[in-house]
Amino acid sequence: MEQISLSGQLLQYLITGITIGSLYAMVAIGFNIIYDVTEIINFAQGEFVALGGLTMASLNVTLGIPLVFAFCGTVVFVTLIGLLMDRLAIRPIRQPSVVTLIIATIAVSFILRGAAMYFWGKDPYDLPPFSGRTPINILGGVIQPQYLWVIAFLVIVVVLLSFFFDRTIAGKAMRACADNTDAASLVGINVNRMVLMSFALSAAIGAVAGIIITPISLMEYDRGAMLAVKGFSAVILGGLGSFPGAILGGLILGLIESFGAGLISSGYKDAFALLVLLGVLFFKPSGILGNVEISKIKRF
Amino acid sequence: MLRYRKYPVLIVSLIIAFFPWVAAHVPAIDHYPDIMIFAGIYAIITIGLSLLMGYTGQISLGHAAFYGIGAYASAIFTSRYGWNPWLSMLLGTVLTSLIAIVVGGPALKLKGHYLAMATLAFGIIVFIIFNEEAGFTGGPDGMTGIPGLSIFGFKLNAERYYYLVWGIALLVFLFTTNIIQSSAGRALRAIHSSEAAAMAMGVNVPGCKIVVFAYSAGLASLAGSLYAHYMNFLNPSTFDIFFGIKLLIMISLGGIHYIWGAVIGAVIVTFLSYEWLHYFEELEILVYGLILLMITVFLPQGLAGIPEMIKNRFKAAP
Amino acid sequence: MRLSKLFIVVSICLIGSGWAMTPAIAAGEKEAYKVGAVFSVTGRASFLGDPEKKTVEMVAEEINKAGGINGHPLEVIVYDDEGDATKCNLAVKKLITKDKVCAVMGPSVSGNSIAVIPVVEENEVPLVSCAASYKIVTNEETGKPFKWVFKTPQSDSLAVDSIYTHMKKKGISKIAILSDTTGYGASGREELVRMAKDFGLEIVADETYGPKDTDMMAQLTKIKGKAPQAVVNWSIGPTQVTILRNFKDLAMTGIIFYQSHGFGSRENIKLAAGAAEGVFCPLGACNIAELLPDTHPQKAVAMQYMNSYAAKYKEPLSSFGGHGWDALYLVVDALKAVGCDKAAIRDHIEKRKGFVGQHGVFNFSPDDHNGLGNDAFSMVVVKDGDWALAD
Repeated sequence: MEQISLSGQLLQYLITGITIGSLYAMVAIGFNIIYDVTEIINFAQGEFVALGGLTMASLNVTLGIPLVFAFCGTVVFVTLIGLLMDRLAIRPIRQPSVVTLIIATIAVSFILRGAAMYFWGKDPYDLPPFSGRTPINILGGVIQPQYLWVIAFLVIVVVLLSFFFDRTIAGKAMRACADNTDAASLVGINVNRMVLMSFALSAAIGAVAGIIITPISLMEYDRGAMLAVKGFSAVILGGLGSFPGAILGGLILGLIESFGAGLISSGYKDAFALLVLLGVLFFKPSGILGNVEISKIKRF
Repeated sequence: MLRYRKYPVLIVSLIIAFFPWVAAHVPAIDHYPDIMIFAGIYAIITIGLSLLMGYTGQISLGHAAFYGIGAYASAIFTSRYGWNPWLSMLLGTVLTSLIAIVVGGPALKLKGHYLAMATLAFGIIVFIIFNEEAGFTGGPDGMTGIPGLSIFGFKLNAERYYYLVWGIALLVFLFTTNIIQSSAGRALRAIHSSEAAAMAMGVNVPGCKIVVFAYSAGLASLAGSLYAHYMNFLNPSTFDIFFGIKLLIMISLGGIHYIWGAVIGAVIVTFLSYEWLHYFEELEILVYGLILLMITVFLPQGLAGIPEMIKNRFKAAP
Repeated sequence: MRLSKLFIVVSICLIGSGWAMTPAIAAGEKEAYKVGAVFSVTGRASFLGDPEKKTVEMVAEEINKAGGINGHPLEVIVYDDEGDATKCNLAVKKLITKDKVCAVMGPSVSGNSIAVIPVVEENEVPLVSCAASYKIVTNEETGKPFKWVFKTPQSDSLAVDSIYTHMKKKGISKIAILSDTTGYGASGREELVRMAKDFGLEIVADETYGPKDTDMMAQLTKIKGKAPQAVVNWSIGPTQVTILRNFKDLAMTGIIFYQSHGFGSRENIKLAAGAAEGVFCPLGACNIAELLPDTHPQKAVAMQYMNSYAAKYKEPLSSFGGHGWDALYLVVDALKAVGCDKAAIRDHIEKRKGFVGQHGVFNFSPDDHNGLGNDAFSMVVVKDGDWALAD
């Protein structure tokens, strides 16, 4: 066996960290979109990811639908779940306090997890990677093509979202809601529709994250809770409501876990990431890129 | 629900006191007192948490950790060092409150979701320590040999433990309602409505928050000790973040703005997850989610809000 | 709002239908023998409890079809503890005090099994645990087994013994160990570390990962840097597959990969997508029934179990359902001999020799409440996408 040099090891930690970080970032973006419009942390966000992976496995592997169509079908299906979640669980709440809304999202996460267990069982599912399993060697590190796809999809999601928020009416309306719901409603924006749209968008992004990570890590019905915790950590680390913050938060988290596991202790790697998070909050209570002014307007 | 009502408390206490006797005569529910012991242990935590969340408005997802620290403190002091269980319980409670002060100092400066995340992070870190430090805690398989409790040489069996747990829960309830009715309680409610205004009125806001945080952590620790001595066994997964979320569900189901809602929530959730939902087998989690969602949608004030709701309904009717 | 009303109606119907589900009572002339079971059917340890529950339900059905136990129908009451110690404690108490069972099987997880020992000892009910830890059948104060507690799975030390013996045969001296942070991984790790000295093996790296981690590249890269001759991985669930793929990607050729017996489902070989080739793991008879020679004592029972399980549930056997099979047949064996008398059942199991189960031939004694020897595991290797006996 060829020996691995220290620089090769460090490069490997970097690659792994960025890939895991990209996944966390994608979950974090999903959190952010719903938070911006509703001030809710949607604890069912991780379930969207799990559903994405599982639905894709059914469509692509079990039913044999070609990759692209199965991809679109999965995203549409999970988006519908997101829409239903808003209509059935969030909107009917008559006196929404933030804690009530959080409990509602936790309830939805239980329902989705239970339903996923009922339909898919408890065993993990696999997906074929988009472009084979032959690893690519770079400078002593190894990278699976699927890892590149994860990073690529993060970039695609970010580009599409910036286009949506900067260039389209709907996107601008959503941003207006995020800044100030009452004012947005005064200028004629249908806030309810914006909330609905935010759930749809988050669900779609969750589905994409699930589809691209399943070929690497498999997917089973109860993976969502862990991903939700990681995504929540990332979004808080980066600063609630900040898109660059979500990406930065996700990547930092992934890198700390990877380097922490490689260089210090793998048993405590999750603890390191959270200690860094606590440290950051101690000095900057609204996260790295969080906006203090905005957080004052928000009730929560 | 601010006035101190003696009669409801007395009636509920009597119901709880006679419940084991009644249950023993009804075969269908003769194992319920067993479950009620755990409900009582959880109620001790939720009463404190309700004071913190419902009255001070500070969210915490980390109380599972305080519960765990109390439990492991009792377990380690008694089984590894052979100390007296009651002394260990007291020490555990003091120790946990001190940890809460250290953690709460910086954490309670945070607001809303940031505070939720900080407490969650604390909970996860403590859980990882329980898992990793197998030399002290026995690791994921857990630790055994925790002695039971006895008073004046009387060993507390399940029946007596029921009265111990619920007796403590009653004392905690009365003490906590007294806090709420005192001037300190007014200060806390002022913090909930507006920290700035409370500050302007001369309330020591950070100090108040930390004291309440430490008080609720101490109660969680006490509950943890009671759990440890009853089960004679501990493992980390009892104290994971999902338990922290379960506590949140308990107080919000019961009604976050009512102390006695915390007790109702603890009892209902305990029975739901340990007994009633068993019939659904694999659909249990789905049904649990549905029930939770329906209560959130139809009773946003929680179960304790029902009387108020009915009263309002009658007032609204012509 | 209309949509949400429909939703509520549907939910209420669903809940109502759940309440209506009442256990069917077998109509027999003689009183049914009740046997209780607490398995982690859902939750973090469902990989254990799910096949165990399926197995005991299948076995109970077969026994009743064949006329029950001496004419008594068998009723198995299964509770799900979701891997939660508190729930497990309550379930075992309920089985004892309310359902009045003759014996209790499970719990699936070591921690929960240890947690309920005080309960069964106090109530004097035989417990046949389906979890592996040696602590379940060894009272650490006395060094003797607990009076009322037995277990069917092989202790982790037997699996480690089997792996380390195989390593010595291959001339390996430098190893790395990997484990997940669940109870399964941690107890395996404890034995791996403890027994390495006895075999003269040097552990150059000892890494762990979470049961839901997406990727173990960092841990493996670190191990690669230490250049061991073999890697042992002790985990369960998707991570044991992911880690094989990562191992292959990192081109760690020349390092021999050992998995724990938890890897023993053909589904895992399939999921690894080629990365499991050449992996060694110690397995009990029921996973490799068709590989066993016809003279093997367990051949007949293992083949029968494998075929009926595959026919009923249409999924490959995992390593763990067999523990449920062993537990139930052990209890049934006792019921057949002595009837529903708790103390007599206990005595009967303790004296039982030569009981042919799925995971070995059990020889119980007052000093050994597990009753298995080193022959309970066979070392197998993954070859052409299937198990093959290793030499």
